[in-house]
Amino acid sequence: MHTDTDVNTPAPAASEEKVMGKDGMAALVGALTGRGYTVVGPTVRDGAIVLAELESADQLPYGWGVELQAGQYRLRRRPDGAAFANAAGPQSWKTFLHPSRVRQWSADRVGEETVFTADPSPPPRYAFLGVRSCDLRAVAIQDRVLTGGPHRDPVYQGRRSGAFLVAVECTEPGGTCFCVSMGTGPAAGPGYDLVLTEVVDDDGHRFWIRSGSREGAEVLAELPAHPADSATREAARAGVTAAAERMGRTMPEADLRELMAGTLDAPRWDDVAGRCLTCGNCTMVCPTCFCTTTEDVTDLTGDHAERWRLWDSCFDLDFSHLHGGPVRASTRSRYRQWMTHKLGTWYDQFGSSGCVGCGRCIVWCPVAIDITEEAAALHDWTRSRPPEDAS
Amino acid sequence: MDTNTNTGPDTDPRPTLAVWKFASCDGCQLTLLDCEDELLALTDRVRVEHFLEMSSAEGPDGERADLTGRGPYDLSLVEGSVTTPEDAERIRHIRRVSRRLVTIGACATAGGIQALRNFGDVAEFRAAVYARPEYISTLRTSTPISAHVPVDFELRGCPIDRRQLLEVITAHLAGRKPNISGHSVCFECKRRGTTCITVAHGTPCLGPVTHAGCGAICPAYGRGCYGCFGPSEGPNLRSMVGQLRHDGMSERDVLRVFRTFNAAAPEYAPVPDLTAEAQDCPQDRTGRTDTTPEGPV
Ligand code: SF4
Ligand code: SF4
Ligand code: SF4
Ligand code: SF4
Repeated sequence: MHTDTDVNTPAPAASEEKVMGKDGMAALVGALTGRGYTVVGPTVRDGAIVLAELESADQLPYGWGVELQAGQYRLRRRPDGAAFANAAGPQSWKTFLHPSRVRQWSADRVGEETVFTADPSPPPRYAFLGVRSCDLRAVAIQDRVLTGGPHRDPVYQGRRSGAFLVAVECTEPGGTCFCVSMGTGPAAGPGYDLVLTEVVDDDGHRFWIRSGSREGAEVLAELPAHPADSATREAARAGVTAAAERMGRTMPEADLRELMAGTLDAPRWDDVAGRCLTCGNCTMVCPTCFCTTTEDVTDLTGDHAERWRLWDSCFDLDFSHLHGGPVRASTRSRYRQWMTHKLGTWYDQFGSSGCVGCGRCIVWCPVAIDITEEAAALHDWTRSRPPEDAS
Repeated sequence: MDTNTNTGPDTDPRPTLAVWKFASCDGCQLTLLDCEDELLALTDRVRVEHFLEMSSAEGPDGERADLTGRGPYDLSLVEGSVTTPEDAERIRHIRRVSRRLVTIGACATAGGIQALRNFGDVAEFRAAVYARPEYISTLRTSTPISAHVPVDFELRGCPIDRRQLLEVITAHLAGRKPNISGHSVCFECKRRGTTCITVAHGTPCLGPVTHAGCGAICPAYGRGCYGCFGPSEGPNLRSMVGQLRHDGMSERDVLRVFRTFNAAAPEYAPVPDLTAEAQDCPQDRTGRTDTTPEGPV
C-alpha cells in the first residue's frame, strides 16, 4: 500500500475477491515484474525459507514447511505441496525497507571547499510477496517509527512509499508464533494491496485472493482467476480460524505494559542475564527493531569521507556509551532495556506495542531465550511477591 | 621497496610508520602488503621507516633497527607475542621510541597459538622438540604485548582483517578513533543476511562470544566461527559453553575450541571449569528435541 499506514486504520473492505490456482501465482509474479517491481518473496536457500528476489513463482517454497522451537529452525517436507504453510523466517521485510548498511552521504575536499553528495541511487521498487499478518503490522509500526514523526527517514520512506504488499494469511503457525496474543494475526489486518489465503484440499491447490487498494484491484484483474466460490472462501476462513487455535506460544494474560513497568527489580532479570549472550541476534531479526549507528569513514588521502548507517542493537555495549562509559554495562540492564522497550515503553514512545508476536527472537536466539517465557516468569513473580510496604 | 631514500626525515612532513615482529608467523604484517590497491596512497601519506617484510635493503635504521632503531616513530604496528627475555627488552625500547603503538593480531593481543605453552611445561616441550634443548632460551609463557608495555590500540584477528588495518591507519592519520566494534560476530553475520547455522543446522558456532571484525566469513560458508578474533566485549562463556555442549561438542572439544590462537585470552580462563560444570548439567536446558536438518543446505 502506497501511503503511510496508520496502525489504527480499519481494514479496508475487500473491494475485489477471486480464486486462482498455481498458474495465478505465476501470473502474479509476472504481472508485478511487468509493472516494474522487483518481486521479493520466500524461497528455500541454505536450509531455510529466506526472503529473496524472485524471478518466477516456481521459486516459492512449494512443499516446504518449518518446525520452529526456541533456538531451533528446521525445514520439513510437506506432502500437500503448499507454498505458504510455514511461518516467519530468518529475515523480515526490514532487510529491504530499512537495510542493514546504507551510505547516507559522501564528502570530498575540492580545493578549499568541502562538497557533500547525498547518495544518488534511486530507491528500488519492491513488491513483497508473502507478507505475514504479523509482519504487515510490523511494517505499519516501522512506518510510524521511521516516518510518523517530524523527522522522516528518507531511505525508509523512499523504499516504502513505492512498495506493493501482497499479504498472506497463516494457516500453519509455527511453534514460536503468538500473533493472537499480540492481536496481529493470523488473519491479515490493513495495509496490503493484495491478500492471499492458501487452500489445499480435495478440490485442489488454490488461493483466495482479495484486493486492498486500487492498484491491487488492477493487478487482480490481470490474473487468470475465477470468481470466489463460497467453498474456497469457507475453507480459507476455517484454515485461518484453526490457526488461531494452534498458536505455539502465548503471552501471559496481563497488561504487558504495566507488567514491564512493575517488575524492573525482579530477580528474573538476573536469571535471563545468566543465559543471554548479548549477541544481538534477537534485535537483528525483530521486524520492528529499528536502531542504527553511524560510522564516518575517511580514506587514506584524507580528502574523501563517507557517512554510513548500520543496524545497531541495544545489546551492544557501545550502544549506550556516553562520556565516561556505557550506561547499560550489565547484561541484565541490556536485556531488560530490550524487553521493556518492546513490550512497555514502546507504547509511550509510539502508541503501540513494539512486539507483533512473530516469534523470530525466540527461534533465532542461539540459547533459546523466549520472550513469552520471560514475560510469564515476571508475571508469576508479581503474583507470588509479598505485597510491598506491608508493615 | 625502499621508500625512504628521496627525502630525509628532516624535510619530509609525512608521519613515520614502523612495523615490528615478535613471535609470530608474519601473516599480520603481510596483511599490510596485501593492501595492494592502497599501498601507493599509503606511502604518499606515511614514511615507512622500518618494515623488514617490505624492504629489499635495510632501511635508514640499519641492521640492528630492532634493538637500536632511533625513531621516533609516529605509529608502530607490532606483530607477535613476547616469548624470550630479549623480546621483553626489545618491546620496551620500541615503546620508548613510538608515539603510538598498535598491536596487530592474536599473537600480539593475546599471546597467539604459541601461548599453548602457558598450559604445559615448556622445559618438557623443549626437550621433546630440540636435539640440543640447552641452546634454546625461551620464557615459560607467551604473553601479549600489553603485558609488557602500554598499548594504544589492539587490533584482533588471526590474521587481522585488511579493511580493519587500513581503518586503524586511516583513523590515526585523521586523528580520529577507529570504527572498530567490540561486539559479537553475530552482528556482522546478521547484517550480511546469513541464516544462523547454529539455529538452522545445529552447527556449533563461537560467533556469539567472538569479537567482530572478520565480516562473519565462516558462517557464510556453513562453518561455525572458531574464534580467530578472540573474545568479544563481555562474553558470557558459561552460557556459550552450555550451548556448545547442547550442539553436540564433547567436553574435550569445547576445551580445545577455546585453546587456539587466543588460548591465553584472560576472558577464556574460566572455560575449563565451565566445561566440567556443563557436563553435570542436563545438556538440553530448553527441552529442544535434537532433530537433524532436512533438505537443501
Ligand atoms: S505470528 Fe501469526 S501471523 Fe506471524 S507467522 Fe506466526 S501465525 Fe503467521
Ligand atoms: S520481539 Fe520477538 S516476537 Fe516480538 S516482534 Fe520482535 S522478534 Fe517478533
Ligand atoms: S536474548 Fe538471545 S538473541 Fe538476544 S542477545 Fe541474548 S542471547 Fe542473543
Ligand atoms: S551463525 Fe554463528 S555468528 Fe552467525 S548468528 Fe549464528 S551463532 Fe552468530
